[in-house]
Amino acid sequence: MEHIRTPKVEQVRLLERFSNKSTSGTLHLTATHLIFVESNNAATTAAQEIWILHHHIASVEKLSLTTSGCPLVIQCRNFRVVHFVVQRERDCHDIYSSLLRLLRPVSYDELYAFSYNPKQNEQQREEGWQLIDLGAEFERMGVPCDRWQLTDVNRDYKICETYPRDLYVPITASKPIIVGSSKFRSKGRFPVLTYFYQEKKAAVCRCSQPLSGFSARCLEDESMLQAISKANHNSRFVYVMDTRPKLNAMANRAAGKGYENEDNYSNIRFQFVGIENIHVMRTSLQKLLEVVGSRFLSVNDYLLGLESCGWLRHVKAVVDAAIFLTKAVTVEGASVLVHCSDGWDRTAQVCSLGALLMDPYYRTIKGFMVLIEKDWISFGHKFADRCDQLDGDPKEVSPVFTQFLECVWQLTEQFPQAFEFSEWLLLQIHEHVHSCQYGNFLANNQRLREELQLGDRTHSLWAFLLREQQNYLNPAYCPTYADAHPVLEPSTLPCHFKFWRNMYHQFDRSMHPRQSVLKNVLTLKESNCQLEDTIKDLETRLQKHGISPPTPDPQASPRAQRILPTRPHSLILGAPLSRKEAQRQHEEEEEEEEEEEEEVGEEVTECCSDTERTVEGSSGTERKESYSDLQETYGAKAEPAVVSLEFGVARMTC
Amino acid sequence: MEFAELIKTPRVDGVVLRRPFLPTVEGTLCLTGHHLILSSRQDNTEELWLLHANIDAIEKRFVGSLGTIIVKCKDLRVIQLDIPGMEECLNIASSIEVLSTLDSVSLMYPLFYRPMFQVIEDGWKSFLPEDAFKDLESMTEEWRLSDVNKDYSVCSSYPPLVAVPKDVDDDTLRKAAAFRHGGRFPVLSYYHKKNGMVMMRSGQPLTGTNGRRCKEDEKLINATLRAGKRGYIIDTRTVSVAQQAKARGGGFESEANYPQWRRIHKAIERSSILQESLIKLVEACNDQSHSMDRWLSKLEASNWQTHVKEILTSACLAAQCIDREGASVLVHGTEGTDSTLQVTSLAQIILDPACRTIQGFQALVEREWLQAGHPFQQRCSQSAYSNSKPRCEAPVFLLFLDCVWQILRQFPCSFQFSQHFLVLLFEHTYASQFGTFMGNSASERSKLNLSQKTVSLWSWVNRPQEVERLSNPLYEANCLVIWPSVAPQSLLLWEGVFLRWKRSSRCLDEAYDEMVHIIQYNKELQNKVNNLRRQLAQLETEEAGEKED
Repeated sequence: MEHIRTPKVEQVRLLERFSNKSTSGTLHLTATHLIFVESNNAATTAAQEIWILHHHIASVEKLSLTTSGCPLVIQCRNFRVVHFVVQRERDCHDIYSSLLRLLRPVSYDELYAFSYNPKQNEQQREEGWQLIDLGAEFERMGVPCDRWQLTDVNRDYKICETYPRDLYVPITASKPIIVGSSKFRSKGRFPVLTYFYQEKKAAVCRCSQPLSGFSARCLEDESMLQAISKANHNSRFVYVMDTRPKLNAMANRAAGKGYENEDNYSNIRFQFVGIENIHVMRTSLQKLLEVVGSRFLSVNDYLLGLESCGWLRHVKAVVDAAIFLTKAVTVEGASVLVHCSDGWDRTAQVCSLGALLMDPYYRTIKGFMVLIEKDWISFGHKFADRCDQLDGDPKEVSPVFTQFLECVWQLTEQFPQAFEFSEWLLLQIHEHVHSCQYGNFLANNQRLREELQLGDRTHSLWAFLLREQQNYLNPAYCPTYADAHPVLEPSTLPCHFKFWRNMYHQFDRSMHPRQSVLKNVLTLKESNCQLEDTIKDLETRLQKHGISPPTPDPQASPRAQRILPTRPHSLILGAPLSRKEAQRQHEEEEEEEEEEEEEVGEEVTECCSDTERTVEGSSGTERKESYSDLQETYGAKAEPAVVSLEFGVARMTC
Repeated sequence: MEFAELIKTPRVDGVVLRRPFLPTVEGTLCLTGHHLILSSRQDNTEELWLLHANIDAIEKRFVGSLGTIIVKCKDLRVIQLDIPGMEECLNIASSIEVLSTLDSVSLMYPLFYRPMFQVIEDGWKSFLPEDAFKDLESMTEEWRLSDVNKDYSVCSSYPPLVAVPKDVDDDTLRKAAAFRHGGRFPVLSYYHKKNGMVMMRSGQPLTGTNGRRCKEDEKLINATLRAGKRGYIIDTRTVSVAQQAKARGGGFESEANYPQWRRIHKAIERSSILQESLIKLVEACNDQSHSMDRWLSKLEASNWQTHVKEILTSACLAAQCIDREGASVLVHGTEGTDSTLQVTSLAQIILDPACRTIQGFQALVEREWLQAGHPFQQRCSQSAYSNSKPRCEAPVFLLFLDCVWQILRQFPCSFQFSQHFLVLLFEHTYASQFGTFMGNSASERSKLNLSQKTVSLWSWVNRPQEVERLSNPLYEANCLVIWPSVAPQSLLLWEGVFLRWKRSSRCLDEAYDEMVHIIQYNKELQNKVNNLRRQLAQLETEEAGEKED
């Protein structure tokens, strides 16, 4: 709190990003959030509130003073951009300098996760951390088996401090081979198993680049690859996928690193894939955001911008690499070793995306969490550096994980029935990778996480997401789809890669459809369950009157009234209430009344004509809590999971 | 029958049909006067029935004695026929070429087609101007139906009956018609019930270089203004294009002569440019290259999405003037048969919930396109593949459908129809067994006596099973004005048309079916709950009654 100079500034205007409209309100600065509360001029609607977590703020910019006040532009990591105009320059400067300090925490202890308290008891918190068990996951894949075993060489993080403790290697890979190989690999990241394709006993392994320079070789490393190759009887060779562009890999040789020389390794097939590095990706996304952030954008500038920023090209390159990996494993039955430079960015992308294509389990909600836990968290994707959790080197920041989520989204667009989750889950995970509200993504690797005792001091995101998983279900998901299509074969034609509006314009309400098919269908699906219950209940009541249902259901015990979950408040997720939903809510109210008065009526399905559809309305009005109620106690107040921005009216840019 | 002369080889066996993402079929190829038929003559296998009128272009290739014909259709599908025998292949190819480019209207398929379904309601009589006017009469008395054009002499592209201000007599109309391109004097296009404002459309005024004026024209459009109110003229051309039109006798309304009107220029391209754009877009979509940059730059170069944005923006502007500004609007471009209709019809989609129903949309197409004289036959005689030089072809109506689809995507619960309906209309404007889109105007259709000699598309569409198929399961009547977003990020490529044959749509179809299933199941459950409730209520009142006794 010592960094907050001015906790409250009144008469602040919030400018809409893509129109000339603005709203005025009060800005509050708390220890964790920057909060904008709209002045409530219309008594009928609840005031709009924007909650911005300090960790979400990527940059704060104070523009030069104008006649109307001092503009403050805040860019967030979840791609929200807000533009305030503060009347007094001094207030603006106070907020600005406070934010500058608050958004750059210098130690982990300052992160929100250590103060976030969702009112859970200790047991619930612990259970949350136990939800995902990677040992069990490897067992599910069929490992350990007669060819692969668990090794304890890294039990104390001695061999490789960025790897997890438990690693799986070929049975024939002895400890000296492992140790030797790790010394020949960048950061000690020697080849280990990450996915086992049981059907063909083919393995997906990952590592970092070899320290080969121009001519160095390492017999242990060669034996390691030999061991991986030998562990698979289906194929005489193992693919080595270097996910970098060839030129980059060659340049690395000058620094004593490089790539495998096919002459030294027997039975390998070496392949460059050509995914660009973290710096290229960072610049590319920056350019993309610049393009789509400009007002009055023409279609031609938009398409030319999409092309020149290269973002979709990079996304396609990652998907292409994953398809290559998948084909090698599932069609040829060959094992594949994937690496890039350090083996924690592109390697993580390709391995996890490949596994998603190969294994339907990872397309379920739980499985997707396991996948992220395995290929990203445990194998040491540097979340702290890449997501800029602590004040660090800006050159280490890169949207590698965001890009992975986008690749998954592109696949869900091509295979709408194959995934148990909808894009809401991807957006929510993205939100929390940057929020630092949960412990899962803090720090760069498992060793550091253990040092920080995250398991004891923070909460797990997975528990939170699983608790409200109804919100993330894909209503079109078909579990049997996987039987017919265990392996997904996406098209790689460029026209199938689209701009992910719901991610990069998540908070720009005017861009989105005014009605959400997803939300509607999801609601109907839930309402179907509820109606089934109501039917059972009514049939029981009819039975009391001596009328038996036409087809008596053996499990006719009426379940407890199902409580429909509240939707997260996000613009895409919270497309305004459709009449259906208004009706449903109306029904619920009626049903409650009925229970009290024991009235039975028919109004339920009749359209309630007085509930005007709020196409141009706001989802913000659904909020039950209001900031003003709790103004004094904001420290204790639970903020909404995702807060909505707009009371926007669809506006034309004529 | 003269078709026989054109068909050199009516039948070839052992022909193989190849289509992307669909199984290969081997069978007998037959050519009839109107169809190319491929059948394997086995049960349970698909037969291909392709209207010659649907064929846009063909290509021939030979490998030894095996000939291959690539057939490119107006609905953008591309199929391949492998035909054994060089002579047969050449004969088939030349027959297809001739049959698919027959110019004679009297040979067109709708005149030969006999419906295999029972016509419940004759579509030719479904949307008569008289009936539409009855609705208007119930809302306002300021308009009348004029039969000044009853013999098509005042304006050849207008229907016999048009709605005009009550205070304006037919003589004034005739004089105003002489001052407007193609005789298209300002007529009522839409009446906004909420505030009584109207949208009119016309051809450009024939001011010429010396600024000719016409008092009657001024009187006609001023008659639609309320006292002290200003109106808006939306000229769909840019200022410079409109200026250039003066040299050819056209022009625009000057401030001096129309002081009560504010003129706004928009930039909807002329039809020849739109055709070019379609050709480029389809070529981009057919490109098999895996380069992202190439795809995006081709998509950009096609300018298709720019046209979509421009048309939508203009329509929103018109709607905004009417609904938000409370002003009347006159829309025109040059002829008033293309971009004008795009704007007036889309503005109605935005403003009028009735146009978002299946019936209402048909009425809109009938009123604002067919009756309003959009030259369908000229515009749709070639599509994106044709090698012949385009004459008057242009995807004006397809762009309109694309814009409707964009709004549908943004308001997926506000339309009674699904995109299937839009795709169906696209197909039938280019090749059809129905007479609806034949001819270029009401007068041409009447001369051909199409309402007697052909079946209307609406007769087919309005059967219950077809209505069911075209319905949007998520539809909930929405009485509000729906303002679409026109940001480039909100506009999408219409995959249902342009990528339709480029991918396996099975996954998407199945997902759609699943959604339909969830919604239908919900309705069933709702009904069941209602029935049970009613039953229970009845029992309880009976019992209560017994107790009282």
